[in-house]
Amino acid sequence: MTTILSIKDLRKSYAGGFEALKGVSLEIEEGEILALLGPNGAGKTTLISTVCGITTPTSGTVTVGGYDIQADFRAARKMIGLVPQEIALEPFEKVWNTVRFSRGLFGHGRDNARIEEILRKLSLWDKRKNAIKELSGGMKRRVLIAKALAHEPRILFLDEPTAGVDVELRKDMWQIVAELKQAGVTIILTTHYIEEAEAIADRVGVIDKGELLLVQEKDALMAQMGKKQIEVMLTEPIAAIPDALSDHGLTLNGAGDVLIYTYDTNAERTGITTLLNDVAQTGLVLRDVQTRQSSLEEIFVNLVSGEPA
Amino acid sequence: MNWTAIAAIYRFEMARFFRTLAQSFLSPVLSTSLYFVVFGTAIGSRIQEVEGVSYGAFIVPGLIMLSVVMLAISNASFGIYFPKFLGTIYELLSAPVNFIEIVVGYVGAAATKSLFVGLVILATATFFVDIRIEHPLAMAAFLILTCLSFSLLGFIIGIWASNFEQMSLVPQLIVTPLIFLGGTFYSISMLPPLWQTITLFNPVVYLISGFRWSFYGLSDVPIVFSLLAILAFTGGCLAIIGWIFKTGWRIRN
Repeated sequence: MTTILSIKDLRKSYAGGFEALKGVSLEIEEGEILALLGPNGAGKTTLISTVCGITTPTSGTVTVGGYDIQADFRAARKMIGLVPQEIALEPFEKVWNTVRFSRGLFGHGRDNARIEEILRKLSLWDKRKNAIKELSGGMKRRVLIAKALAHEPRILFLDEPTAGVDVELRKDMWQIVAELKQAGVTIILTTHYIEEAEAIADRVGVIDKGELLLVQEKDALMAQMGKKQIEVMLTEPIAAIPDALSDHGLTLNGAGDVLIYTYDTNAERTGITTLLNDVAQTGLVLRDVQTRQSSLEEIFVNLVSGEPA
Repeated sequence: MNWTAIAAIYRFEMARFFRTLAQSFLSPVLSTSLYFVVFGTAIGSRIQEVEGVSYGAFIVPGLIMLSVVMLAISNASFGIYFPKFLGTIYELLSAPVNFIEIVVGYVGAAATKSLFVGLVILATATFFVDIRIEHPLAMAAFLILTCLSFSLLGFIIGIWASNFEQMSLVPQLIVTPLIFLGGTFYSISMLPPLWQTITLFNPVVYLISGFRWSFYGLSDVPIVFSLLAILAFTGGCLAIIGWIFKTGWRIRN
C-alpha cells in the first residue's frame, strides 16, 4: 500500500484566536475508506477544507500523491474531489451543464461518454436536462457527487454525505462508495452516523476539539476498545446474586432473570469458563447465553467524553 | 495557465446570458429607444446641434458608455458574488486554478456580455440618427477597454460585497452620478467655467470624451488624456485584483 495523503502537524487558527486544528497528523493509504467521526465543531470540515485548498493552513504540511497542496497546488488538487456538506448548486443551471463545468474547471477535456457513465451510475441520467432547482434534496446531493466524480479524482472527500437523507438513499450512497472503492478511489468521509462508519469504513479516525484522538482499523478498534458482555439467561428469576458468584462482578437485570458478565476480549483469561462452571455449581438452570459487543458509537462517546470504553 | 478551466468558467457564465437572451437583447434596445425619445426628441428639439453634430447623434457615444459601464459592473459583480452567496465558490477554491484564471474567466464573460450590449445599442441608434465613426479602431479600443476595466471593477465589488445591498451601492451611488455628470448628454463647453473645472475631476469625462472623439472627432479633453485615463483605471483595477490574489481577501479564510 502506498500513502496517498499525508498530513503533518496541521494547524489552523482563525483571526479571533480560535484554534480549529491543533496539530493534526494523518496518513491515508491509497484505496482505503477512512471515516472521520467527531461531534459538531470538532474540526472535521476545517480539516477537509484545508486539504482541499478552501482554507489556508496556519502551519503544517499536506501532500497529496506526493504533491504539496500549496507549492504544487495544481497537481495536488487535480487528484481531489470534494462533496461538501451543504448543498451548494446553481439553481437555474441544468444537471448536465453543471457536471460538465466541474470537469472543465479541473482541466479535463470534454468527454460526454464519461459524464453519461457518471450520471447513469448515480441515477441522474433521466434528470440531465432538468434545472437543479427542479430536483429533490437527495437528487441534488447526487449531483454534488457527480460533479466531484466528473474530473476523475483519486481521492474523494465526502463531508457528511448522508446528513438528512432517507434510509434508502443512504444505502444507495454506501453502495456508491463501495463501487468507488472497487475502482480504486480513496475515500475520506465525515459522518455523524456511527453505523455508517461501522458499515463502510476500513479505518476510523476520531477527532474532537481540533485534535485527532485516534486513527485505527475499524475491526481492531472495536476489538481493542470494545467491552464484551455475556448475558446468562435463567429459567427462573432470582432475587439476588448468589454468594458463590460474588467474585465475578456480575450484575443482575431488573427482572432478575439475566446475569450480566463484562469482560475484556484482549485479556489473557476472560474468566468465562470459571463463571459458567460456578453458575452450574449453584444449581441455576440456564435458558440461553448471549454475547454482546459494544458498538462503535459507545466507543466514540466514551472517547470523546474521556472515559474508557 | 489552465485554459480548459478558463473556458469552462467563461462558457458557464455565458450560458447564464444565453438563458435570458431575449431579456439581454430587448432591455438595451428598449432603454436606448426611450433615451432617444426623451432626450433626443424632447431636448433635441431645443438643442439643434452640439459642435456641428446633431444632438441625437451627439448623445450616442455617451448612451453606449452608460449602458456598457453599468452592465459590465453588474455582470461581473453578480458573476462572482452569486457563487459566494450560493456556496458554490467551494468548487472554484478547490479546483486546480489560480485567482488570475478565475478573473480571466469571469471578467472575460462579463466584458463579452457588455460588449454585445454596447454593439446592440449602437445598432439600435442607427435607426434613429445618422452616425459616423471617424476612428473605428480607436472606437473599438475604447469600447473594449471600457468593457474590460469596468468588469474588473465589478469583479472587485463582487468580491468585496457581503450582501446584495452592497452590490448596488457603488453602481448607484458613485458610478451613475459620475456618468450622468460626465458629459453623456451635454458637452462640457456648455457648462459655466467653474463647473467646467470641477467636471475635469470626474474620471468618466475622459472616457466619454475619448469615445465621442472616435465617432465625431469632437472631444472635451485631449484624446491622449482620455487614453491615459482609461489605461490608468484599468491598471488600478488590476493592481487591486493582484492584491486580492496575494492576500486571498474575502475569499479564502
